[in-house]
Amino acid sequence: MVEYFRDIWLGTITILKSMWVAFKHLFTRSVTMQYPRVKSTAEWTMPERARMKLFNKIEDCIGCSQCARACPTECITVKAEKRGKEEPEVFTSNGTAMKMRTYIYDIDMTLCCYCGLCTFSCPTECLVMTGDYEYSVYDKNDHIFHFAKDKPLTPKAIEELAKANA
Amino acid sequence: MESVDQLLQLIPYYDLLPEIIRAMMPAFVGCVIILAGLLLTILLLVWFERKVSAHIQDRLGPMEVGGWHGWAQTLADGLKLLLKEDIVLDTTDRTLFKMAPFIVFIGAFAAFVVLPFGASSIISDLNIGILYILALGSLAVVGIIMAGWASNNKYSLYGGMRAAAQIISYEIPAAIAIMTVIIPVGSLSMVEIVNAQQGGIQNWFIFRYPPLIFLAFVIYFIASLAEVNRTPFDIPEAESELVAGYHTEYTGIRFAIFFIAEYANMFMVAAVITTLFLGGWTSVGPTDSQVIPGPIVFYIKAVVLILAQMWIRWSLPRLRVDQLMYLSWKVLLPFSFALVLGVGWLAVYA
Repeated sequence: MVEYFRDIWLGTITILKSMWVAFKHLFTRSVTMQYPRVKSTAEWTMPERARMKLFNKIEDCIGCSQCARACPTECITVKAEKRGKEEPEVFTSNGTAMKMRTYIYDIDMTLCCYCGLCTFSCPTECLVMTGDYEYSVYDKNDHIFHFAKDKPLTPKAIEELAKANA
Repeated sequence: MESVDQLLQLIPYYDLLPEIIRAMMPAFVGCVIILAGLLLTILLLVWFERKVSAHIQDRLGPMEVGGWHGWAQTLADGLKLLLKEDIVLDTTDRTLFKMAPFIVFIGAFAAFVVLPFGASSIISDLNIGILYILALGSLAVVGIIMAGWASNNKYSLYGGMRAAAQIISYEIPAAIAIMTVIIPVGSLSMVEIVNAQQGGIQNWFIFRYPPLIFLAFVIYFIASLAEVNRTPFDIPEAESELVAGYHTEYTGIRFAIFFIAEYANMFMVAAVITTLFLGGWTSVGPTDSQVIPGPIVFYIKAVVLILAQMWIRWSLPRLRVDQLMYLSWKVLLPFSFALVLGVGWLAVYA
């Protein structure tokens, strides 16, 4: 009998306590971040060195393919050809001579595992991981980013170059 | 009802209508008004529910639809449910399956006939008002068992059986707790019950014979939570064990009707508590000082009670089946009997 009343008493008290806890939380500030509107709050910001979308500054790329070799998921495709001796010399921003012309430099971000190994292997430090994480697209193919600007030299262009030099 | 009658008198040539139409018109108009009000209230309540649950869990809840704090989220969800495919499986008992949600909803909606929203805003002041509400509470069980059986699915059947067992058990303490109010009033009519509480907050039944009727209020509140299948008594639809209970197989508009019935039941139960224990449409001060119209006072009281139901829902875990039965038969029932005896003794001798 005593146990019966003690159970009821304990039940009532614990229910009231849990309701009080819930009531307090009703008026505490919520932790939700309204993401697309608010991208960082005082409590949380994206880490400064977070590894997100890859970017290649193609003007500095010497087409060495070391990034493609370092990549564990093979998401980088590099195709480069030797520049002819008759062509004008091109330099990167730190003065390295560009011996190769990169005519394909594609990164498939659907394959990327964000390990960052490609950026460590880059000798000219032109391949970096940026902080940009909002690049959703409707078509999967749009996630293949093309960086190369040059075209491979056609035989006709080679002839013209040879004529100009001669 | 007089107010609806007066309203109808304003229609030109209303007296020329046949007698039978004029007799049915007030009830029909009243039903339409209540149905529209009920649906709007449910939109509000579903939004409240999501907001209360979210804020208790330190979230924000719906924030996008409609601009201000996602107030139109329920509207969008309701529209989605209307547009969804209405799936009726081959293995179901089609007639019962299609009928069940409407029976549950009728059980909830028919009780609104006797709810006294104001001194003259009541569809019909039946002299057995509260008994009628208790009887309709059992009608919902029929619909729920129907849904559970017709779905031809073990989870639905379990849910239906559990709901039946639970509602039948909890109706007894609820009815006996109501007796503590009936004894001093001496009438089952809802208007009589409210009239007995006129004249300020000290006359509300919750404060009479302290603390006897207050305890009866607590007992009725707990029992009513169980009757509307809300947490901590939501074992009929326990989503972690029974998928969704008796409405597992329902989709689209039929599911929406179950959902509406649940919230209509919540409002009905809150309105009954308001009428019985919290003075119905009477405001806090003396009778002649009432400035706010009765229906608004009644509505505010009911919504506050529903917020309390939500608050309890999001602070307590679900009871086990045996705990549920223990609470009903071994705790609430003896206590409510003792309260009735106490109130009866005081009403006669004190």
